[in-house]
Amino acid sequence: MYRYTEFDEAFIRERNAQFRAQVERRISGALTEEEFRPLRLMNGLYLQLHAYMLRVAIPYGTLNSAQMRQLAMIAERWDKGYGHFTTRQNIQYNWPKLGDVPDILDALGEVGMHAIQTSGNCVRNVTADHFAGAAADEIADPRPVAELLRQWSTDHPEFQFLPRKFKVAITGSPNDRAVTRAHDIGLRMVEQDGEPGFEVIVGGGLGRTPMLGMVVRDFLPRADLLPYIEAILSTYNSFGRRDNKYKARIKITLHELGLDDLRSRIEARFAEIRAEWRGADQEILARIEQDFAPPAFRDAPVDAYTRARAADPVFRAWADTNLHEHRAPGYAIVTISTKAHGATPGDASADQMRVMADLAKRYGHDELRISHEQNVILPHVHKSDLPAVHAALKAMGLATANVGLISDIIACPGMDYCALATARSIPVAQEIAQRFESLGLEQEIGAMKIKISGCINACGHHHVGHIGILGLDKAGVESYQITLGGDGTEAAAIGERAGPGFAYDEIVPAVERLVTAYLARRAGPDENFLQTYRRLGAAPFKAALYPEEKAHAA
Amino acid sequence: MSRRFTPSVVTANALLSGEVVWLSADNQWTASPQQAALFTDAAQADERLAWALTQADIVVGPYLAAAKPGADGPEPTHFREAFRRRGPSNYAHGKQEALCSG
Ligand code: HEM
Ligand code: SF4
Repeated sequence: MYRYTEFDEAFIRERNAQFRAQVERRISGALTEEEFRPLRLMNGLYLQLHAYMLRVAIPYGTLNSAQMRQLAMIAERWDKGYGHFTTRQNIQYNWPKLGDVPDILDALGEVGMHAIQTSGNCVRNVTADHFAGAAADEIADPRPVAELLRQWSTDHPEFQFLPRKFKVAITGSPNDRAVTRAHDIGLRMVEQDGEPGFEVIVGGGLGRTPMLGMVVRDFLPRADLLPYIEAILSTYNSFGRRDNKYKARIKITLHELGLDDLRSRIEARFAEIRAEWRGADQEILARIEQDFAPPAFRDAPVDAYTRARAADPVFRAWADTNLHEHRAPGYAIVTISTKAHGATPGDASADQMRVMADLAKRYGHDELRISHEQNVILPHVHKSDLPAVHAALKAMGLATANVGLISDIIACPGMDYCALATARSIPVAQEIAQRFESLGLEQEIGAMKIKISGCINACGHHHVGHIGILGLDKAGVESYQITLGGDGTEAAAIGERAGPGFAYDEIVPAVERLVTAYLARRAGPDENFLQTYRRLGAAPFKAALYPEEKAHAA
Repeated sequence: MSRRFTPSVVTANALLSGEVVWLSADNQWTASPQQAALFTDAAQADERLAWALTQADIVVGPYLAAAKPGADGPEPTHFREAFRRRGPSNYAHGKQEALCSG
C-alpha cells in the first residue's frame, strides 16, 4: 500500500502546527470567526447544528489496519465513540471540541492521514472504485492514478481558489462503482488498440442542478492525464462563474458554453501546456505503482468455505449478498454492511472499527476500503477464511446480509447534524430498513438503491437512487420528495420527480406502495425495480404513490 | 412599511464546544433553553443580537430564532430549533444526553 513520503509527513506536520496556532489565536480572540472560518474549513472543520464536525479524508477510500485503529482511538478519546463514513469516502466525527482538533489532526498525522482539502474551493479527495485492485472486472487498479492526482493537486498554488469545489472520481472497471458521471471530472480506464488510457468525462454534479457529465475525450493516452486535467482546471478557472455560487460548478460552465465550445477551449489549453510536461509525472507514477503492487495472494483450497455454505444458511445468505468476485482465484471481496436494520447508515463504533481493523490485518492483507455507499470493504479475503471473518463480524453486529438490497440505504446526516439541512434523513433510512425487514421482503425485492438527502445539496446522492428521497422544509414542516429511476452506474440517469412531497409519517408508507407496485408488475423475479421502471415508465408508480388522484381522474 | 415581528430568542453555538446556547435575560450565554430570554419587541431583539455579535470570543454565529412563550420558558416554533434544543434523533446525544443523565 502507498506510504507517505517524508515530504508528505513534513507537509502535514507543518500544516497541523499552523492550524494549532490558528486555533489558539481564535480562542484567545486574536482571530475573528470571519477570519478563522476559511482556515478551519481548509482543515476539514465545520460547525454543525449541535457541535463541530471534523471531516477526515480517506484518499480513494483506502485504509490499513493501523489507520482504522487510529480512527477508532480518535472516536473514543475525542468524540462519542463512533465515526460516520460518507459518500465521499471520508469519515466525519460529529462531536469534536475546538480545542481538541489540533491533537486529533496530529493523531491522524501519525498514521499518514489528514483533513486537508476536504472542504473549500479546491480539488477534493479523489474518489475511486472501492473494489479497486481487487475486482474481477477491472482493467487496472485506478488508485495509482488517483494518488498521482492527489499529490499533484494537494496545495497546488493555481488551484486553491477555484470558482467552486472540484471533485474527481476514477474507475478502472467498465462497471462504474465510482459514480463517475456525477463528478466534476470522471475518469474511466479504457484501452484503444492495446494502449491504456482514459475516457474523460466533465461537468457532472448533483446538488440543486443535477447533471450528468459528458465525454470531452473518448480516449486520452495515459501519459497525457495530468496535462489534460490541468487544462480542464485551468479552463474552468478562467471561465467558471465566480459571480454566483449556485452557478459556479463546472457543470454550469459546460451547460453555458456547450460541450463543443468547452472542449475546444480545453484542447487549446492542452496544446499550449503539453510540452511543459516532460515526463517527471510518469516517473512518479511508476514509483507510486510499485507501492500499489498487489499483495501476494495465496493458492489454497476453499473447502472450508464450501462446507460453511452448505452447513450454515445464515453464512450462505451473507455470502450471497455481501461477497463480490475477486480477480485472484480462491479470493473474495467482502463488503461489511454498516446498515444493520435500524442503524445509522455509515456509522461505525470504535469497537466495530477495531474488529474490522483486526480482520483486515489477520485475513485481508492489511487493507480496508470505504465505499461511497457508506460500507466498509475487505478487498482481499481468501475464501477459506470467510467463515471466521463472518463469525467475527456477526459478533459485532456487522454481518447484516443486505448489500445492494433495500435496506442498504445511503443517507446524508440531514437535520440530525447538518446546519444546512431542511429535513432529517437518518430516521427515514432507519424506518425504511426496519419496515422491510419486518415485512420479510428484502430478498424478494432484490437489487434496490434508496438514497436520501436532507437538502438540495444532494450529499446523499438522491438523484441517482432508484428511489431518491429529498427532505425539504415546506412551510415549517418536513416534507419528502420522491424521485424515481435514478442510476449511478455506467448507465447513469438522474431520477425524475414523482410528484408532490410526503409528510414525515407518510414517506415510509409511500415507499412501501412503490415496492408493492413493483412486485405486482415485474416481469419476473430477475427483473429489478429499476428495470421494471425503465420498461413501464413512471405511470404505474405514480398511480401507486398518489392513489387519490387516480380515483379523481377515473 | 412596518415589519411584523415574531417573538424571538437569541441563539448561537459556543465557540469552544460548538454546543447550542441561548442568551438569558441577564445577558449570559446559557446551555439551557429554559433560561433563554424571549424578546417580543423588535428593537430590543435587534439590539440584543447586535450585542451578541460582539461576543465573538464566546459564541459563533448568533441569530434570532422565532419562539413562543411556554410553561417552561420559550419554545421553538420551527422544527430546526426544536432539534437544536434536543439533539439528533438517532442517538441520545446533545442536549437530551444531559436530560437523561441529569
Ligand atoms: C454535514 C456537513 C456537510 C455539509 C455542510 C455539506 C455541504 C455540501 C454542499 C453545500 C454541497 C453542494 C455543493 C454544490 O452544489 O456546489 C455538497 C455536495 C455534496 N456533498 Fe456534502 N455536505 C456535508 C456532508 C456530506 C456528507 C456526510 C456527505 C456524504 C454522505 C457529503 C457528500 C456530498 C456529495 C457527494 C456532494 C456532491 C453533490 C454534487 O455533486 O453537487 N456531504 N455538500
Ligand atoms: S444534503 Fe444537505 S442536509 Fe444532507 S449533508 Fe448535504 S448539506 Fe447537509
